[in-house]
Order: sequence, then C-alpha cells, then structure tokens
Amino acid sequence: MFSSTKFNFIIPIISVILGLVAGAIIMLIFGYNPILGYQALWNGVFDSPFFMSETVNRITPYILTGLAIAFAFRTGLFNIGAEGQVLVGWVAAVWVGTAIDAPAFIHLPLALLAAAAAGALWAFIPGILKAKLGVHEVIVSIMMNYIALHITNYLIRSVLTDNQETTEPVKQTASLTNDFLIGLTGSRLHLGFIVALLMVLVMWVILERTKLGYELKAVGYNQHASNYAGMKVERNIVISMLISGLFAGLAGAMQGLGSFGNAFTNTAFSNLGFDGIAVALLGGNNPFGVVLSASLFGFLKVGSLNMSTAGVPNEIIEIVIALIILFVASGFIIRWALLQLKKGEKK
Amino acid sequence: MKMRRYATLLGLLLVVSIVLSACGSGGSSEQGGSDSNSFKTAMVTDTGGIDDKSFNQSAWEGLTKFGADNDLKEKEGYDYLQSNSASDYATNLNRLVQSNTDLIFGVGFKLAEDITKVADQNKETHFAIIDSVVEKDNVASIVFEEQQGSFLAGVAAATKSESGKIGFVGGEESELIKKFEAGYVAGAKSVNKDIEVDVQYAGSFGAPDKGKLIASNMYNSGVDVIYHSAGGTGNGVFAQAKDLKNNDPEGNYWVIGVDRDQYDEGQIGDNNVTLTSMLKAVDVAVADVAQKSKDGEFPGGEIVSYGLKDDGIGIAETNTEAYTDDIKAAVDEWKQKIIDGDVTAPTTDDELKAYVDSL
Repeated sequence: MFSSTKFNFIIPIISVILGLVAGAIIMLIFGYNPILGYQALWNGVFDSPFFMSETVNRITPYILTGLAIAFAFRTGLFNIGAEGQVLVGWVAAVWVGTAIDAPAFIHLPLALLAAAAAGALWAFIPGILKAKLGVHEVIVSIMMNYIALHITNYLIRSVLTDNQETTEPVKQTASLTNDFLIGLTGSRLHLGFIVALLMVLVMWVILERTKLGYELKAVGYNQHASNYAGMKVERNIVISMLISGLFAGLAGAMQGLGSFGNAFTNTAFSNLGFDGIAVALLGGNNPFGVVLSASLFGFLKVGSLNMSTAGVPNEIIEIVIALIILFVASGFIIRWALLQLKKGEKK
Repeated sequence: MKMRRYATLLGLLLVVSIVLSACGSGGSSEQGGSDSNSFKTAMVTDTGGIDDKSFNQSAWEGLTKFGADNDLKEKEGYDYLQSNSASDYATNLNRLVQSNTDLIFGVGFKLAEDITKVADQNKETHFAIIDSVVEKDNVASIVFEEQQGSFLAGVAAATKSESGKIGFVGGEESELIKKFEAGYVAGAKSVNKDIEVDVQYAGSFGAPDKGKLIASNMYNSGVDVIYHSAGGTGNGVFAQAKDLKNNDPEGNYWVIGVDRDQYDEGQIGDNNVTLTSMLKAVDVAVADVAQKSKDGEFPGGEIVSYGLKDDGIGIAETNTEAYTDDIKAAVDEWKQKIIDGDVTAPTTDDELKAYVDSL
C-alpha cells in the first residue's frame, strides 16, 4: 500500500508524464511530429548555457509565486491575488531602485524590502477584510489584481516617468545582475535564485519549526477548533496573507531588479501569479515541491519557444501544462487506478 | 486479472510508441543543414502572435512575400519566433542570433528595450525594430507616418459626417497614438473648420468593454463617425456601432478602422459600419527592409520612414457603398497635397494647434 506522502509525490509525477503523453497525442492528431517537438523543447533549454540561465531566471519568480500560493493554501486561504502582489512588488522595487542613491549593501536589500512590503500590503487588504468582516479572500484579491494593474500602469506613466511606457533601468547598486554571472553565460542570469531558495527555507522553517507556523496550519485545518484551543484566528489569517503577499512581492522584485531591470506598463497580467497557483498545486503546497514544479514550468516555458523550429506551435505547451494541472487536480483518479493495480496484484 | 490489466497497458504503450516512431523517421529527413552563405531573416513577434489579424500577422505576410520573391524556404530562409510574454523577447532574439540569422525583426515597440541590449552584445547581427527608434549602428528603425493616414481618415470622417460631430478613441495615451489623434483632428478641421472632435482614451488596448462604453456615449451625443486607434479596445467600438445599426439600419453609425482593412469587422447583416480603414502596411516595410538587407544595403542606424508616398500608409476603399465618390475625391485631393509636401500632417498637440490656427 502507498502511504499518503508517497501519493503526494507520485501523483504529480504521473500527472506530468500523462500530460506529456497527451501532448504528444495532440501533436499527432494535428499532424506534428511529437518526437521532434519534444526534442526541440529539450534543446531549447539545454542547447547552451545561455538558455539554461534564461530558464533559471524564469524559474525564480515561479518559485516565489508558487510559495506565496502554497503558503496561503497551507493555512486555509486561497491567495488568487498573487498576480497583483507581483505587480506592486515589481514597481515598488524599481521605484526604490531608480529613485534612491545608496551603496549596494543598503540599496539592494532596501529595494527587495520595498517589494516585499508592497506585496504584503496588497495581501493585507483581503486578509483584514476576511478576518474582520468575513469577506471571502478570493473575491477581494481578484479585484485587487485589477487595482494593482491599473495603479502600477498609472505610476509608471505619470509618476516614475513622463508619459513613457518604460521606466529608467534600476541603478547598478540595486540590481540583482552580477557581472560574473553575465560573463559566464552571456545571459541576464541574476542572483535572484538565491533569494528564492532562501525564501523556500523561510517558508519551511515557519511552517514546520515554529509555533506560529503550527497555529497558522491549525487555523487552516479548522478555524473553530483553533479558536476553541485559544488561538487568535483573525490575527493568524492576516499574518498568513502578509507572508504570502511578501513572497509574491519578491517575485515582482526578481523581474524588476533582475530579468528586466525596469518596469513597464502592462495591458494584461504577467500571469506569474496565476501560474503560481498551478506551481503550488503541482508542488503539493510543499516548499521543496514548489521548487521542483517551478523548475518544470520554467523549463517548459523557455523550451517551448524553440518548438517552432520543429514546426510545432508553442501553444501546445500551454495545453500540456493545462493537462498536467488537470491530472493533478483529479489526482484521486490516479490514486484509485494505482490502488486498483495494487489490489489486482494481491489476488 | 492482473495479467490482463498489464497487458492492456503494455499494448497501449506499444501502439503509442509505434505511431510516434513512425512519425519520427518521416519528418527528420527534411532537416537539412542550411547553407552558411545563404541569407536568413526572422522575426520575433510580440505577445500577439502571427495570427493576430493585425500587426504581427502583417509583418509575417511581409516576410513570407520576401521569401517568395527570393525563392527562400520557410524555416531556412525566413522564420518567426513567437513570444508569449514579455520575458520571451530576449530569449527569442538571442535564439535567432545563435542560429546565425542575418537580419532579425522585432515586431512592435515593446521589443525596443530588448533589441537595444541584444544588438549591443551582437554587433555583427543586423536588427530591425518596427514602430520604435533604437539608435544603434546595427539596428534599422522602421517607423510609419501614421499621422498622414490619420489625416486622410479625418478628411473622410468630416466629409461623411452629417452632424458635424466626430469622435476619436485611443488606446493608451502615448507619443505613438498622439500621431493618430493629431493627424485625424487636423484632417477633419481641414475639411470643416468648425467640426467638433470628441477625443477619448480608454487607457488600454485590450478593453473592448470600455471601447463599447465610450462609443455608446459618443454616438448618443450625436457623433456619427468614430476613428479608433485602440487595438482590441476598438473591437468594442465596432460592437457598439453594429448594435446601433442593427436596431436602426437608417442611422449614421460609422467606424474607421486602423492598421489593416477592418471591413470584415463592420459587417452586420446586409449593412457594414466600416467607413474605411487607415492602412499601415507593415508587410511592405518588412519586405522592403529585408530585401535591402539581402542586397547588402541594410539601413543600419537609420530611421526608415514609410508614408503615403511609398504606400507604407494608405486608406481602404472596400466599403464602396459608404465610401462615396465625393469622399474619395476629397481624400485623393488631400493625399496629393501631403505627397507633394504642400501640407504636413501634425504629430503632436503643439503642431496640431499651430496647424489649426493656420487654417
């Protein structure tokens, strides 16, 4: 028999395999060659150090948004507002990065802190509304996404610049880019992945090694029982949203101080926050699982850009990702199938 | 029991793998190594993709035409990479550089930032950016005289309008869209000095709901022709005009399309609300620059401008029922004046003010 932790591990893996196989079948149906397609996908990432480091850059914000969603999930909240928190974090980081002059050891942490604070603030609003008034956090945080989109556009256009679409690049002292890494790979590889991995540890420590984490999880399992046990449910909901928003805000900083080095007006969402939901789901809401699933997402997204060299439209990868999520979400079917197989074996 | 389950699974796997491998051998033979001497060009789309019925599609048609003119094969001689998000631009540009592409097009001003960086790192590769200016020796900047086409759209709108009120719906307020607005207003005032032009911005290129609302207010206030330069938001303008036309087939609800001929967008039953469209021939420009580059005359470091003179900008005449002969005559007259240099279409608020004052 499988234990439940084993299932948590096996279901995502089977889902990924099923997703890729289904993707292959779809490619076949539409007359594309799946072997060439997947080969191009692989080469798209592992062809040269340049694309490998681009992939790392892509993985970094996915880890952070994945953590944001996973952390909220673990405490019984659905932070669908990560998208907006990414945007405000992005602009906050760039703002501090462009407007202030300071030595690097102050400037960079300050910019990161600003992003984290902006993200946390954006998550605080749905958090406090949920805690005090019982307004569902999904509704509020979805709406906060739109507010963030338009406010950041306004800030970029009217405050950070004079009617331009793009801000000045952040000062070198606030930048996550590193000459050594750039020289090594010729890419935009930046130090953000260290921040992301640190945050993975932070989430693990908070949830597994502190009293606060224990309480947060307890509230997630059962508010009423936690209340009865003397825990401050309202406070815990707000804290949980704050930490979740902090992670998402940092994801924005990765873009603003690292990959792009500036902020620009968006007509649509960056999708980092929304993809984070899928990353968290696939990663089983476990911080280390999130690293793995974010890596898969980054790999698929960067690799897919190369698929058109094999004549395969890269949208196919979006389908594959959607299918993987579908399979994870219907994990009970896989669980049932595995149990059936096991049962058959015993007879 | 157990055997049967495994057998089914195995069978399925076998079928899949046979089919897969059958396809694998078929396709791979086509993958010939490309000649290192031959010219190769490619474009990186913005997030619209090559079937966006607009900008990217037009650019790709240009490259395809260039390929056909020069007997180049798709994938070997000309190609495209699609971007699904802003993060993809740099990756795609670099991928093309690494696959020894001679000339790389960046479609849309959103790629300007990344082209600047990549062009700096790869001085041997030639780049071209559409709708933006990048000052590098290995980058050609392709821009369009949108104000000229918009001027003619204004002429057409003012000639068509019976109420003396026309409208303009912009996407995001920027220098680029200002060119459309200034040209349009100037063209309309040239025909009818007292015409009222209602100018509104939706704040987004992707908000058809807002476009519909603005159009609804405009038509309600007596505006009878709306020129939109708002991408997807403009679809809302079309939707509102069609709604009104559907309820009141005799009413005057006209839309002027942008970038490409939007005649098809305006069809409602037997009527069509598209008066005309301001055509921006990205395909002509792309094919032209690619050809120059292949012939060794790459306009690096230059700003290549396309306007009425070289058919880079034009006015659609598809809706012959609405676009009457007297409109055509008026438009042709002003077109000639612009080409001859007698009239310069304004591009900014200040230029527009000076132009209107001079009338």
